Amino acid sequence: MTITSTEPSVTALWEALESRVSHGHRFAGLFAARRDGIGTLSAQVARPGGIDTLEAPLPPGAVSYPALTPRLGAAFWYERVIHDQTGIVPEGHTRLAPLIRPGDPQDHTLPRHVSGYGLFTIAHGPVRSGVLESIEYLVETPGEAIPHLNMRIFYKHRGIADRFTGRPVADGVLLAERTEGIASVAHALAYCHALEAMAGCQVPPGAALIRVVHAELERIASHLDVATRLADAAGLAVATARFAVHKERVMRLVSDLCGNRFGRGVVVPGGVAGWPLDRAEEILARVGKLEKQVLADARMLMGTSSFLDRLRGTGPLTPGRARDHGALGPIGRASGYSDDARLARPYDGYPLLGTEPATEHNVGDAMTRLRVRWDEADRSFRLVERAISQLPGSSAPAPAPAWRVPCEPAAGRAVGWAEAPQGEVFYDVAVTDGRIARCQPRSASFHNLVLMHEVFAGDILTDFPFIEASFGLSVAGAAL
Amino acid sequence: MSIWPLRGLRDGVVTTRWPARPDEYADAWRGPVTVRDGGTAPPGAADVCPTGAIDVNGGRARVDQGKCILCGRCVAARPDVFAWSVGATGQQQAGLTRQALVVPQLPETDAEIAAVRARLAERTAALRRSVHVRHVDAGSDGSEEWEIQALLGPVYDIHRLGIFFTASPRHADVLLVTGAGSVGMTGPLRVTYDGMPEPKVVIAAGTDAVSGGLIAGGAMVSGGVGGSVPVDVWLPGSPPSPFGVLNALLIATGKLLGHQKGASR
Repeated sequence: MTITSTEPSVTALWEALESRVSHGHRFAGLFAARRDGIGTLSAQVARPGGIDTLEAPLPPGAVSYPALTPRLGAAFWYERVIHDQTGIVPEGHTRLAPLIRPGDPQDHTLPRHVSGYGLFTIAHGPVRSGVLESIEYLVETPGEAIPHLNMRIFYKHRGIADRFTGRPVADGVLLAERTEGIASVAHALAYCHALEAMAGCQVPPGAALIRVVHAELERIASHLDVATRLADAAGLAVATARFAVHKERVMRLVSDLCGNRFGRGVVVPGGVAGWPLDRAEEILARVGKLEKQVLADARMLMGTSSFLDRLRGTGPLTPGRARDHGALGPIGRASGYSDDARLARPYDGYPLLGTEPATEHNVGDAMTRLRVRWDEADRSFRLVERAISQLPGSSAPAPAPAWRVPCEPAAGRAVGWAEAPQGEVFYDVAVTDGRIARCQPRSASFHNLVLMHEVFAGDILTDFPFIEASFGLSVAGAAL
Repeated sequence: MSIWPLRGLRDGVVTTRWPARPDEYADAWRGPVTVRDGGTAPPGAADVCPTGAIDVNGGRARVDQGKCILCGRCVAARPDVFAWSVGATGQQQAGLTRQALVVPQLPETDAEIAAVRARLAERTAALRRSVHVRHVDAGSDGSEEWEIQALLGPVYDIHRLGIFFTASPRHADVLLVTGAGSVGMTGPLRVTYDGMPEPKVVIAAGTDAVSGGLIAGGAMVSGGVGGSVPVDVWLPGSPPSPFGVLNALLIATGKLLGHQKGASR
């Protein structure tokens, strides 16, 4: 259930936001839109049970407003995006450099934030060593320590949000799957949840379980990817190879289930496309075998001291910062801040399957982030197994249960959310005449990536790949 | 104490034998949509496609696989006209010209493709042994990178075929480009291409790189990378499978031989 409230002015909106945050709600996003010539600021706040949208109109013709960032640091990147996209200036923002709008390609000057003897800037990217997404890290360093890091994510800004506008609602899910390709299922879920809230439709129970299966397999694959990259950074050739094989097996399982290695096409508004009903036993056996292999290798990795030495104390995010920022997903949970959408704002099959309390962590370094991921993968395997076991039996040649209900809202606006491997994603969707009037995706990668600025306390250049891998984010999702 | 080397022996050899032997997973791969022989399509059949990949003319449908995002809507709506292509490998699974991705092919494209193939073979004769690949992400959704990274793992292990990824464009023979061609990457992509020595080959990997896919027409993308660099091999897929990428790499360097499945050389 989503409530949208409208405040009379921007200042009133900030006060309402601050009051919500002081009551333990989480600041989830801030966007600007122009509708009928009037600028509107809309902020999202996550609370137990839902995500609320708070809005305030800008005065007609306004070219600026008092910035939120000085009051609430988590708005730092959101307000830079507002400035990039609308030209409206958040007055009092600490740094309004372009974030997603490409700069002048002829301008090769590097921004410099710290100064001192022997300091220089390493521009790492956007074309990086290895097969990685395009992003530029500007590492300011005297040679070893990293007193300041800057990121430029605009290289691969694709203008995804605009591409939703005007499409039939059913096509939006295809674009959502391609907004952040490594979290296709979570994005499709968040988008569809928004439509389902608008249409007031209830997903069939079987479909709700299948959604969990695919969302959790996606999580396992993503966490294995992080483990592979960390093992690779530490030069553990066998561990790298093992986790790469496990990840490939998960992706092949997914492609056997639905024909796509990223679970694309599974989630549709109102349910799922289908499920191979007659193969429950075979699928369960494969999942069980994978679980054993993955967790055994994970235990071995977490007992390899030469590996742990590189992660322990590396890239720490303090619990205070994690809470203030509302850090999402494994990054937040490793620093003692957990707002897991599956528990706090449950959806689909999660309420049916029951939840196990997660082990609490608060050290916040790269090692803890990996521990959190292994805990999650462990629970994901059990969720997948329970979900498959609860699906209608295969013994009787009965017709397959209905996997979807009609869901084509003609008009309305709603926020939908889902817990991606990187943390919570949400979609703010507005529909008119059966077409998307406006759709604003917000990935966990965008919300969390800005925290990379803050975790280099005492870490040196050789720690960089560990810290980056331990964040486990996607640039596509951040730059949109 | 950790004994990773012993653990590495646990599962035996997991590496595919392809291209020397067929691979079950590659052969069962569900690829871009194709048109069934003899299927008659009403003019409205094109409307189901969200990327406008279908063209119907006089009851005859053609699918531009370079625009196909594999959503399967056309297959579900008109199974008598459209079908999934099967198999990730072979000469047909990547195009040497943009036009070659339109199926069924016009008869005159055959001769044209043969000529392009001959020119490419001549140009890449020096690359038959070991090749180095530089990957550039020009606005992908991130999934293409996962599929390319998979090639470095033990299951695909492209090092066995003499293919290596390199950090420096100066050492690269092949430019493997993913993504819809974002405005911000146009410059860096061109600089990377210009930095490579001759002879060089460019692969556009994925439907986004070929045509922009669903994002085509947006203000922040150029609708494929073909306008920024001269593409030699066009590989559809959203994203392409690791076998598809490997297949395209072998086609680009003239290593895909005639006896392999689907090959037509």
